[in-house]
Amino acid sequence: MAKGKRKVPGLNGSSMADISFIMLIFFLVTTSMDTDSGLHVRLPNPPEENVEQDPPKVKQRNTMVVTVNMYNQIMAKVGNSEAKEVGLNELRQLTKDFVANRDNDPKLPELHPVELPAPFGVQNITKNHVISFVTDRATSYDLYFQIENELYGAYNELRDELARKTFGYGYKECNEDQQLAVRQYYKCMISEAEPKNYGNQ
Amino acid sequence: MPELNTSSLPDLIFSILFFFMIVTSMREVELKVEFKTPQGTELEKLERKSLVSNIYIGKPTREFRAKLGTQSRIQLNDKFADVSHIREYIQDERASLAERDKPYMKVSIKADKDTQMGIITDVKMELRHAWALSIVYSATSR
Repeated sequence: MAKGKRKVPGLNGSSMADISFIMLIFFLVTTSMDTDSGLHVRLPNPPEENVEQDPPKVKQRNTMVVTVNMYNQIMAKVGNSEAKEVGLNELRQLTKDFVANRDNDPKLPELHPVELPAPFGVQNITKNHVISFVTDRATSYDLYFQIENELYGAYNELRDELARKTFGYGYKECNEDQQLAVRQYYKCMISEAEPKNYGNQ
Repeated sequence: MPELNTSSLPDLIFSILFFFMIVTSMREVELKVEFKTPQGTELEKLERKSLVSNIYIGKPTREFRAKLGTQSRIQLNDKFADVSHIREYIQDERASLAERDKPYMKVSIKADKDTQMGIITDVKMELRHAWALSIVYSATSR
């Protein structure tokens, strides 16, 4: 047996750097992917206390009322038409027809000439329309979210169609002035009433 | 040409790697509620996370279930909270922002799909009273 120093063969570690590099890049990529996304909503100002407010007078043809009960059934009353039960998948088209009112249907919101920024000029739009969304305290959040998603989706689709017709490209590709003009053409008017408590609590 | 000694390169890379691993596994808060956010199509990304305050709503996780049951609960920071605590929470969060960022504050509601609307509405009402009007319903894309 040899005494003293024994030579240990060196390990070839030249590929270690490459392996660690790959892991490093993997972690870098996966962490940047974890961004939060969601539906952006603006809440109305807080209700003023001690002030009895009359609800604003809105003509019936200008309102669309979406009601969800505790059994998660959706009812929609569009303009002057009768209220009826609707499915989630019908809601987007109903909302689009209601907001746009392309054929000046007397049952759908009134069209008013409004001065809009260039390139639109004076246009007939349904400036007084209101979409009212009433939920029950026992409605599921999932359905609430899906309906909000459809309502905002309807506005987004209308804006996108308008942008494509006017500028030749989608709403997302428009610059800020164009987006502002399109937004004023189809102004988002969704109002949420305080939920009713018919159901269990 | 003299060869460059790269024997310390793996160590260097490893330390960067470990740094990233540790930093990314750090959550700001420990979740005490379980939630599965709904799925939607009209989502927008949340930019600038520093402006976002989170409100978690869902069932308590298993370890708290014995004590709190399975009713939906609100979590603010790392504690269970009541609806009445939201106003204070928003004020604290707002105070921690720089003055010029305050108007851009956003509140992200991370709520479980199976929550009932009652609790969400109460939260929204409190947010309105706290003038935190810009909110986001956190969701995953469909």
